[in-house]
Amino acid sequence: MATTAPTSTAAPPGPERPGGRGGGGGKGRRAGLPGTRADRWTAPGMLAPFGFFYLVFLIGPLLYLLVAGFFNTSLVKGGLGDWVGLDNYARALSTEEFWASLWHSVWFTVLTTVPLVVLALVLALLTDRFSRGRWFFRLAFFAPFVLPSSVISLMFMWIFADQIGLAQSWAKFFGSDSPPSWLGDPDWAMISIAAATVWWTIGFNFVIYLAALQEIPRDVHEAAALDGAGPWQRIRHIVVPMLGRATTLVTVLQLVASLKVFDQIYMMTGGGPDRATEPALLYVYNTGFTEGRVGYASTVSLVLFVMILLISLVWFALVRRAEKES
Amino acid sequence: MRDRPPLPGTPLGGPPPAGSRTAPTRRALLRAAGALGATAAAGGALSGCGTAIGQGFTGDSGPASLLNFWNPFTGGDGARMVEMERDYRKRHPDVDLKATTFVWGDPYYTKLTLATLGDRPPQVAITHLSKIPTLAGAGLLREIGDDELAAHGMGADRFDQRAWRKAHYDGALRAIPLDTHPFVLYVRTDIAKKAGLTGSGGELADVDGPEQFLDALRAAKEVTGAWGCSIASTKDPSTCFRLFWSLYRQLGGRLLADEGAKVVIDMEAAGEAFAYIRRLTQEKLVPTGVDSPGAITLLTSGQAGFLMDGVWQILAVQDSKVAFDMLPFPRIFRDAPYACHADSHGLVLPKAPSPDAQRADRSLEFIRSLLDASDAWAGGGHIPAWLPTQESEAYRKLEPQAHYAAASDGAAYDPGAWYSGAGSSLHNRLGDVCASVLGGRTTPTRGAARIREELRELAATPSPL
Repeated sequence: MATTAPTSTAAPPGPERPGGRGGGGGKGRRAGLPGTRADRWTAPGMLAPFGFFYLVFLIGPLLYLLVAGFFNTSLVKGGLGDWVGLDNYARALSTEEFWASLWHSVWFTVLTTVPLVVLALVLALLTDRFSRGRWFFRLAFFAPFVLPSSVISLMFMWIFADQIGLAQSWAKFFGSDSPPSWLGDPDWAMISIAAATVWWTIGFNFVIYLAALQEIPRDVHEAAALDGAGPWQRIRHIVVPMLGRATTLVTVLQLVASLKVFDQIYMMTGGGPDRATEPALLYVYNTGFTEGRVGYASTVSLVLFVMILLISLVWFALVRRAEKES
Repeated sequence: MRDRPPLPGTPLGGPPPAGSRTAPTRRALLRAAGALGATAAAGGALSGCGTAIGQGFTGDSGPASLLNFWNPFTGGDGARMVEMERDYRKRHPDVDLKATTFVWGDPYYTKLTLATLGDRPPQVAITHLSKIPTLAGAGLLREIGDDELAAHGMGADRFDQRAWRKAHYDGALRAIPLDTHPFVLYVRTDIAKKAGLTGSGGELADVDGPEQFLDALRAAKEVTGAWGCSIASTKDPSTCFRLFWSLYRQLGGRLLADEGAKVVIDMEAAGEAFAYIRRLTQEKLVPTGVDSPGAITLLTSGQAGFLMDGVWQILAVQDSKVAFDMLPFPRIFRDAPYACHADSHGLVLPKAPSPDAQRADRSLEFIRSLLDASDAWAGGGHIPAWLPTQESEAYRKLEPQAHYAAASDGAAYDPGAWYSGAGSSLHNRLGDVCASVLGGRTTPTRGAARIREELRELAATPSPL
């Protein structure tokens, strides 16, 4: 920080000076180079590879999904199958399992999003206060995030195991005579998976918060301190409001990620016991791949897609309104 | 740490600073990579697409010496299969046998199905015979003719008849059975001895019959101080289904008719089977909430005297070096001929786009070689379907494998339906209900009702076939 401040003021304040980050800078630089006409194709050219994969692997399948939902498409047969119109939609909306799986996705999202946002903020605030050894906490909290979901699932299957697992030993140590079967009890299974997920993924939100915290200028803190605000008041009235944008970002990313949960549940419980942890994506997988009903599974995925889209949009709209008001 | 726009040292018309030298390097790199890719593609085209990736793109079936074989065998089974493949390679150095292993269950069947649909199937593949109605019904399997079989010395009379019949669909042979693998009872002989369950010759006393079996479990529990018998009920619906199906079939019940289109459940029998299952845990003889490795650990660590599981766990138990034996799943009910859940592995020829890609002759030769090596396969617990091996002196003396060989006579396969078979929805749904009854969360009567609901729903679902 200390070294960059003087150099940036020393930079030539010409008309070409980049106004902000990224886009502005690029434009200014290009204008100064020879061969502007050829450069017109630079941006599209650089986007082309990504655009190609985007079309082939995202838009294409999405269109197929949309179409397949109107047919009795089968995994074990070629082609789209028989036209069934809205039958798949009617079937999905009238099936109890479909609603149950949606509810499981939502329940998992509630169980994970709240702690993943709040805890990440708390941990980031605490870590930010360390001037020495901050790297250690940054590393410690972020480290689990780099592990693949399969490793996490295996680890926690051992921790949550009955008779021999660490979690039951701890529960006994803290005075519970007959601790629940963490992954074997329908009431506990989802909570156990959510706990594992929080431990595993908190690093990502934590890092975003930490970065946002460092963006808050020291002067604001100093001014508040001079005005007599204590540490707690500074956090409440200055830090948390100034982290608003980071919180919006973290929450939306987390909502979307949690609604899409699949891997750890597939590996840890397979949707059981008694389908108590079957989220919407696992339901899609079961109907599409185990039963081979691709048409029906497409319908369910589309409904889920629209739902996630709506939730994200509504959330963004709410936040934008709140921001405008304040 | 934070990236700043490169303000200092980058005057717009000036000489490029040190950092910008990366630009030409990157371009050169891209050019080089492109050239490399083009060369590789051209090379691939010239060499007849020798690589698997090349074949995937072109649909080419590879050089004639190539034989692709797919299987879902990991763990002990996988090790045995690798041994048998090595044996084949040694005797057929001219064939390039390429064996690929996938994850058991629906991931495997999905890949096999999609590869066959996409005209890029392996020449030979393993399947469960309970999956034949689905795979053959979708037209993915090549029929195997009598003359072809005769040419390789594989007549109907040389196979276990139950498995042989199960390998047919629509009157034609679609698979060559390799084995039968029933649901069996593992016994810790040292614990059984201490519990007074063995006779003078060391053989296990009769545990057949509802009360006798519970008595045996009680005696074993006395010795272990923990449990009488263990079974995987967490995250293992297939095992739970096997328990239910074994007991229910011993009561003579049927679940489905008309290839799964009709539900013919016997509610009374289902209720009785569940009532017995519940007794196992109600009297604390069997633990709930144990997964598959956990159930085996309970047996090998001496916390349970018995284990109900498939024969393929034999290697896991053997590895722990404890004294144990294996028996057919006990005959609890006597209302019908003896029955225990079983399935079989079979070898199939997925339909290839051309006879050239099919290589039927070479594939059958390979299958025959696996059958001839099935004594190695029997070591992994499976009862060989190939009678020359099953009736051999060596197999009769193989312990404890030979002790449960009779179980294949009572082999109760999955009810036929597009949604049944290994790792199917039928296993998952009915297994879940059974686990719930076992854990005491659902009453036996309610369990039977739930099974009927699940079946009705599955039967009403339009078939993807």
